[in-house]
Amino acid sequence: MTAARTYQGEGPDPAGMFGPYGGAYMPETLMPALHELTRVFEEASADAAFWAEYHAILADYVGRPSPLTLAAKLTRELGGARIWLKREDLNHTGAHKINNCTGQVLLARRMGKHRVIAETGAGQHGVATATVCALFGLECAIYMGAEDMARQAPNVARMRLLGAEVMPVHSGTATLKDAMNEALRDWITHVDSTYYLLGTGAGPHPYPRLVRDFQRIIGIETREQILAKTGRLPDAMVACVGGGSNAIGFFHPFLAEPEVRFYGVEAGGLGISSGQHAACLGAGRPGVLHGNLTYLLQDADGQIENVYSVSAGLDYPGVGPEHALLHDTGRVRYESATDAEALAAFHWLARSEGILPALESAHALAFARKLAPTMTPQQHLVVCLSGRGDKDVDTVLHHLEESR
Amino acid sequence: MKRIEHTLARLRTAGRSGLVTYFTAGDPDFDTSLTLLRGLAAAGADLIELGLPFSDPVADGPVIQAAHIRARAAGQTVALTLDLVHALRNTDAITPVVLMGYLNPVLQYGIERFMQDAAHSGVDGLILVDLPIEHIAPYDAAARAAGLHLIRMSAPTSDDARLAQILVGAGGFVYHVSVNGTTGAGAATPEDVAQAVERVHRHTVLPVAAGFGIREAAQVKALAGRCELIVVGSALVARLADQGVAAALAQVRELAEACAT
Repeated sequence: MTAARTYQGEGPDPAGMFGPYGGAYMPETLMPALHELTRVFEEASADAAFWAEYHAILADYVGRPSPLTLAAKLTRELGGARIWLKREDLNHTGAHKINNCTGQVLLARRMGKHRVIAETGAGQHGVATATVCALFGLECAIYMGAEDMARQAPNVARMRLLGAEVMPVHSGTATLKDAMNEALRDWITHVDSTYYLLGTGAGPHPYPRLVRDFQRIIGIETREQILAKTGRLPDAMVACVGGGSNAIGFFHPFLAEPEVRFYGVEAGGLGISSGQHAACLGAGRPGVLHGNLTYLLQDADGQIENVYSVSAGLDYPGVGPEHALLHDTGRVRYESATDAEALAAFHWLARSEGILPALESAHALAFARKLAPTMTPQQHLVVCLSGRGDKDVDTVLHHLEESR
Repeated sequence: MKRIEHTLARLRTAGRSGLVTYFTAGDPDFDTSLTLLRGLAAAGADLIELGLPFSDPVADGPVIQAAHIRARAAGQTVALTLDLVHALRNTDAITPVVLMGYLNPVLQYGIERFMQDAAHSGVDGLILVDLPIEHIAPYDAAARAAGLHLIRMSAPTSDDARLAQILVGAGGFVYHVSVNGTTGAGAATPEDVAQAVERVHRHTVLPVAAGFGIREAAQVKALAGRCELIVVGSALVARLADQGVAAALAQVRELAEACAT
């Protein structure tokens, strides 16, 4: 337990465990493929040429480093900590998802796979996957819940234009969880030829580790940028958490710094007490889904519950296993923001700073809006603006009309 | 647990393969499910595989997914599935019952408590589709303590080195997944299945059950005598959904005849 209390991001162990969480709970058909992926990733991780190619693509194609922007008007309005935005919205394809896709497509190529599949919720991971597949000339199929396809129509069109086949998923609630079920079924069936490019911080080992390692670039750049601009580390860092890939990549390079406080913001939907939300750490308990042991929203019988959020990217009943451990140890505090708070934060950022945030990222902003006034003007708060909100314009307009 | 051994010994003496029938517990409702289960032995099923309904059955194709949805809509739970087996035992004390499902409902019920309650209800074994050997130890220990077999699964993707690992400590029989795919998908050629079963046999003296991709009497007939147990699932579940209990039992009879020849 002492080791768990002082966890600073050293995990996972060779079995893929982050303390009691994680692992690889998958059908036997997929276990050899997961071991092979672990082996190839470890080999690639130790290969300087692999990382050189990854960084070159991020620099010349994705457009990294992404800026760290001082949100001067937000700061002035709230009168507390100085608020900085890590601008993942400015990446090619409009979100942090491409960082992970860049790393994993290099693994797919290294493994000689010619077909890539992925699940997507908001469509950002689907677009990023379709993009790297176009770049590398790989066949691409994206599983997406039918409900999410309706909510995120522009991203569906983008994936198709990039040459990907978008496979509608009608089962369950027709959202991210169901898309992941179908992607896993595809992988079970085509495991020999197909690379599963998982996009979230959850899933079977080695995915939580490799997604984190490919998203750490967010935190690594933030560290350099904030030191260059302020001469010190941030006092607080805030990121939204669905599966938790942007948050883990953003936090991880700082976990060993005792003075930095971390806040993960889950989707509060219509409010935790309404039961219509996606706050796994706030209201769930540990169980096994999609290959990992982690906090899940589930009923007494162990059936996974339907979750809800205005944001398709946070609409998932589980969370990455490293977040589960960071929650238990108290190193990261997990809060939630409701749909209404996230929508208000969307408009606030648009009008104050001229930036349309993704509804996912707007959850982080909504919490930062409460946190900043409790801090002093000498302190620094960094928000991970994980994606841009172009995809959400229809949803936001729809809510505006409803509220009239 | 002895029911599995007795059945396998009886099949060995008779010199034939046994038929394993899969249905989902509580599909389409508890009472219909019980009526069906009570008719299976007379129709020729040698071993009953009973699915534990789960919200996210990732290894199952559309037919069995739909069965899970129907059962859950009718209120089936883990506790009711154990009740169902208990009720079956009032009329059938002989046919082995192996539960097949996913880990989370068992985990939430409590591992030790589940194994004990399952054994008391008359369950003989358990197959957990998303519990690979890497994580099996605590479950295996709890199953053994309760006198249940936690059945090991092998797949076409398990190479010889891994097969050897899978089979360390295996008991009852080995469930070999015949094809890369979800339940009900594709069709396994009898030749491929027989070859795969031979490979498993090189690593174990345990009987082998071949499942996934076997749906028709002709396939069963071609496999008969080449593996100890032949599993049919989706085809039966579809028949039950479309035509009811009597038609499903009629299909079991047809498959049992194919198995015995």
